[in-house]
Amino acid sequence: MPQEMTIGEALVGAVGEALEHDRRVVLIGGGLVSSGPGQAAFARLRQKFAKRMKSPPIAELGYCGIAAGAAMAGLRPLVDIGTATFSYEAIPQIVNEAAIAYSNSGGQTNVPVTYFMRYGIRGGGGVQHSGSPQSWYWNTPGLQLAMPASPADAKGLLRTALLRSQDPTIFFAHERLMNERGVVPDGEYEIPFGQAEVKREGRDVTIIATGVQVPRALRAAEILSKEGVSAEVVDPRTVQPLDKTALLASVKKTGRALVTDESHDNCGVAAGLAAIIADEGFTSLRAPVKRVSIPPVPVPYAVPLEDFVTPTVERIVEVARALVKDR
Amino acid sequence: MLPDIPRDRQLGILRKMLMIRRAEEHVIRFNEDYEGLLRGHFHVYIGQEATGVGACEALKPDDYVFSTHRNHGHVIAKGGDPGKVLAEIIGRETGYCSGRAGTFHVAAPDLKIIHTSAIVGGCLALAAGTALASQVQETSTVSVVFFGDGAMEEGVFYEALNIAKLWDLPLIFLMENNYRRAGRSGSSHSAKELANVARALDVETTIVDGDDVGAVYKATTELVRRTRAGEGPLFLEAQTHPWPGNESTHPKLVAGTTDIKWAWDAGAVPENVRSWYADGDPVLRFARELVSGGAARREDIEQLDTAVREQADAAARFALESPLPDPKDAVKFAYAGRGN
Repeated sequence: MPQEMTIGEALVGAVGEALEHDRRVVLIGGGLVSSGPGQAAFARLRQKFAKRMKSPPIAELGYCGIAAGAAMAGLRPLVDIGTATFSYEAIPQIVNEAAIAYSNSGGQTNVPVTYFMRYGIRGGGGVQHSGSPQSWYWNTPGLQLAMPASPADAKGLLRTALLRSQDPTIFFAHERLMNERGVVPDGEYEIPFGQAEVKREGRDVTIIATGVQVPRALRAAEILSKEGVSAEVVDPRTVQPLDKTALLASVKKTGRALVTDESHDNCGVAAGLAAIIADEGFTSLRAPVKRVSIPPVPVPYAVPLEDFVTPTVERIVEVARALVKDR
Repeated sequence: MLPDIPRDRQLGILRKMLMIRRAEEHVIRFNEDYEGLLRGHFHVYIGQEATGVGACEALKPDDYVFSTHRNHGHVIAKGGDPGKVLAEIIGRETGYCSGRAGTFHVAAPDLKIIHTSAIVGGCLALAAGTALASQVQETSTVSVVFFGDGAMEEGVFYEALNIAKLWDLPLIFLMENNYRRAGRSGSSHSAKELANVARALDVETTIVDGDDVGAVYKATTELVRRTRAGEGPLFLEAQTHPWPGNESTHPKLVAGTTDIKWAWDAGAVPENVRSWYADGDPVLRFARELVSGGAARREDIEQLDTAVREQADAAARFALESPLPDPKDAVKFAYAGRGN
């Protein structure tokens, strides 16, 4: 029977199934969730699979490299880095070793490692615990990026990363979504990378949203519908590989595109997606592509400042309204 | 010293050392004789042959080896095909990595050299990772990571060493101290003896004469036996003497092609580099040891060198005649899976 659960629980469930099914799966680092019902579930896993659970010292550079090396030697490590900004300490090993090995070896060395990290503006994280490095990693050929927004997607995508993928994956779970609830299908299933999902159908404007922006976009679409605006919400689910076909098909249908992601405006994921739509979907567009993301400032601490830079439901609604006003 | 192994293996060691020397003399000639063949700067292993060959002789085929920007010698030492090494160095489709790696990053996965980083400490943590895989998979495989003294200036050295020790990983940290750092002499380190850095983390260290192939073989054999048996990571420092041709980013054949007869006739060595070849050259030193130990006659060794030179010449011709990769394949290996 399909069950309702949190994203945290769905992620822990996927890890448990992967550890059960494949002896090559090992976990290095923390327990994926920092609060909620997933924590107890993880504690049970840690007992059951103690031999394949490694607790490293506070050495992100070291253990992210160790995970990459272990993957090159045939394991399928999952690294829980915790807060996404901690991965900045490990950039040399993730970007300059794990991501390049397959290409450098002329297609001989696979690196099926998954780096799991909790990203984004969590509320009070300040300048060092609110980071959204998805655009950095998207700018690194060789890496795959998964950004699930629902428990069902979280489980299916993590299973794909852990059990099927041959390439390194950065797996982003938004800190604020960890206790978001949703229905998870029964049984074991995987969601292939590179398959977007239309989360809500609409006619007037396409909202392409990633991660935490998906529930925000859905709430924005609800508000817009009361004003007579029909918004379609498309979730790429993986930014790399990217389902360009689905994004462009939606833009072709609506003629207007708003892209929203919780990384910064400059060279952010929203910017990258907007560029693809402008480049390959120009003839479909009846208005310029608009972005809703974070202005170029380190995320500040005080509540009104943090609220100001957050790409909220209200900002999505406002920009969408402006896009459709000449309809 | 002569390694305590059968004569044919002793001669096999000299053959590999000579092959590294002859293959890399071709690399330098590629740079000197062919405009634009080597696209940028490069590094050679000449002068350190005893360390790579002595250490790899102590390993099994399934043991992992990680190397550096000075990788050509390590790949040949692990049993690599010099033709595929030279082809990779000049970016040919027939190279070990189909021309994607070039001189800095030659990897040979079939020899368990699965990835090569040109960042000086780039492979230290990766090697702890392959060692972790051996531990989890419960195989008897060990990992050996070669790195220079300069790599100990990078933070990843400390992190990898610490975790390897905490987790008792089957791993040899093999530091090749060549007292050379990016064109300057000696690494910049506050520790007067670099092995003390490893000792501070309770990792047992051994220091060996890196120019003495027999001593390197003996030390590595013992350390590999111990780490294979579950004693955790061990640190080996091989002390070598920089080859005078290696003083710039574009090494030069300062004495021309090495003449094997210099092993017994130091007076024939060009005067400006005579002391290095007479005392510091590990290849000529081992040739002399084989003769004085009764394992070979001078003419046996000269014949072996002739055979190796012919093989290296053929390897260079193979590389030069090999095709370049098809430009249409430039993005072919970005992803193993669908990518984009």
